[in-house]
Amino acid sequence: MIIRGDEPEQIALLKKLYPKGNYFMQGDEAIAYGAIFAGCRFYAGYPITPASEIAETMARELPKVRGYYIQMEDEIGSIAAIIGASWTGLKSMTATSGPGFSLMMENLGYAIMTETPIVVVDVQRSGPSTGQATKGAQGDFFQARWGTHGDHPIVAISPISVEDSFWETIRAFNISEKLRIPVVLLTDGVIGHAREQIRIPDPEEVEIVYRKLPKNEEEAKYPFGDVDGSLVPPMPLFGHGYFTHVTGSTHKETGLRDVYTPEVHIKLVNRLHKKVEKHEKEIEKWEEHFTDDMEILVISWGVSARPSFGAVLRAREEGIKVGLFIPKTVHPFPGRRVKELARKVRAILVPEMNLGQLILEVQRYVNDDVILKGVNKIGGVPLTVEEILREIRGVWDG
Amino acid sequence: MAEKTKYKMARYLRKEALPTALCPGCGGGTVLNAFANAIDQLKLDPRDLVVVSGIGCSAWIASPYFLADTLHTTHGRAIAFATGVKVGLPDKKVVVISGDGDLAGIGGNHLIHAARRNIDITVILVNNFIYGMTGGQVAPTTPFGARTTTTPYRNIEHPLNIAEVIAEAGASYVARWTTAHVYQLIESMKKALQVKGFSLVEAISQCPVQFGRRNKMKEPAEMLRWFLKNSIPISKAKNMSREELEGKFVIGEFVNRQRPEFTEELNKLIEELTGQSGPGDENAD
Ligand SMILES: Cc1ncc(C[n+]2csc(CCOP(=O)(O)OP(=O)(O)O)c2C)c(N)n1
Repeated sequence: MIIRGDEPEQIALLKKLYPKGNYFMQGDEAIAYGAIFAGCRFYAGYPITPASEIAETMARELPKVRGYYIQMEDEIGSIAAIIGASWTGLKSMTATSGPGFSLMMENLGYAIMTETPIVVVDVQRSGPSTGQATKGAQGDFFQARWGTHGDHPIVAISPISVEDSFWETIRAFNISEKLRIPVVLLTDGVIGHAREQIRIPDPEEVEIVYRKLPKNEEEAKYPFGDVDGSLVPPMPLFGHGYFTHVTGSTHKETGLRDVYTPEVHIKLVNRLHKKVEKHEKEIEKWEEHFTDDMEILVISWGVSARPSFGAVLRAREEGIKVGLFIPKTVHPFPGRRVKELARKVRAILVPEMNLGQLILEVQRYVNDDVILKGVNKIGGVPLTVEEILREIRGVWDG
Repeated sequence: MAEKTKYKMARYLRKEALPTALCPGCGGGTVLNAFANAIDQLKLDPRDLVVVSGIGCSAWIASPYFLADTLHTTHGRAIAFATGVKVGLPDKKVVVISGDGDLAGIGGNHLIHAARRNIDITVILVNNFIYGMTGGQVAPTTPFGARTTTTPYRNIEHPLNIAEVIAEAGASYVARWTTAHVYQLIESMKKALQVKGFSLVEAISQCPVQFGRRNKMKEPAEMLRWFLKNSIPISKAKNMSREELEGKFVIGEFVNRQRPEFTEELNKLIEELTGQSGPGDENAD
């Protein structure tokens, strides 16, 4: 049975099972509940620290809301299964960490090419390779962007707290459904395992989106064509007699393979990019603090955005004119806004739990006369307020 | 073209995708024909069918040529994709048609675990002993001693006995035939489509271009004669030693049994927890 998540029977079920109010839970659990509220009714995964709690929560909760949980034989199979389920109409998700995310790359590209809505959670851990399996990190920023081969667009979202994990998961599903595109939820082991208070809303307070379906047989003939000018084709789901053909090879608007005609490839791949550009306003999201009167700007994301905020508050108490910018949608990167903000400051600091990744993206939008400095930390221990504050004071006095 | 020849099974094919890209003499056409006949004889509506394939010449047999919902996936992963499709559409027939390299080589683990789970998917595995599409490299099914582009002297590895492994892994139904046994192939495909649970039909098939040519059988008919000459019915094979069976093709039904099926168990669990049957379930028996 295909559930979209907004049926009255489902809303009633959610209200009964998860009454609105304050809960105390982990970031990973908040992602699972966010997915359930977003209408996700199919989950396939493979155990890995620090993402396993998402699978465990889904295994326990999904059957209660008539959803399906399956543990696959590996992460390649997990992402494959959720793509298959998505073509039947089920909103689908998988979750993993670095080693599993690496294994998913080929099929992530398949989902992009076939315009299949799915959500892939990467609870980042310290790498490379098996690294520090139980420790958080932010080393997959560019893997999320460019991990799969070929020219492609991607959307990646990074939450900064447990409550944020709940809401950003819902947003990930909504964007994925609206644009027929895989969305990566790029969280990390620190937030994933942190326990915080979160407010679970009434399901009616949650706006959820379901993919556009073909209005008639004619529209269903073009599963990969721009039938209504939105650049996002309606999705003729399997099992409705449309004889839909889906392939990761270059295909025409009908779905049929044509790997020889340059124009067919150019048109398809350009539309995949343009559909994201066209809906940029609906995808982008960031937080700004004290950016009206600043001389120094801190740009940070995910787990590092928390101590960054603490450091900025402390610096303000000391009279330092510093602002904070936190991209929540990290890909596509909100470069235009960063460019505007960068014109107002003399220095930019970029705290992150890696040896410098977001900073490379920031660099593209900053003039040479602005001091650009990373505040980097690896080893599995998050940055502290003190560590970031010291750097802010340094550039303020410097 | 299909219309002119009045080929009876043409109505099951995607006309705009024809002619097929298969080489002359390829066994893929026989498999496609057998599959269309199985669907026709069972009077199955292609609207109730989802065909999933991987990558390779054999993956092209039904996708895009068979007129159904078709999901052409990545190399080796068809069964994992099909798993998601079957869970979403438990009332449809979900069929995987792909090659030996795809399903038993790179994707072998998915094959074993789908059989273990006993999910109601029918797999038609086209075994041509070779990586055909990429130019005839050695496969995990290539006979000992055979020549391929990457075993230019001789193959020093042993082939995988796919049907035996999958029967052992827990499938409900497993059979093996060759493209020289078309009627038996159709009958087994029909049984596989009807059985509840995981079913595998291994179709040994000729690739004269990439395999035969390098192994003294450049004519398709020579390959079919090779199949017939070396086929041993499973009943007879039971009384033969491993050594005696070296280089032979054991044909027939390996298993046909009932075991709890995955999607049924999954839905049972949901019913137990929600204590109600959902819309559409009233007609279930
Ligand atoms: C991940 C990946 N590795 C390798 C390939 C290249 N490749 C394409 S088809 C194929 C072999 C297919 O062999 P088989 O399944 O036996 O089918 P056949 O062509 O013989 O019918 C390979 C290795 C690929 N497409 N993807």
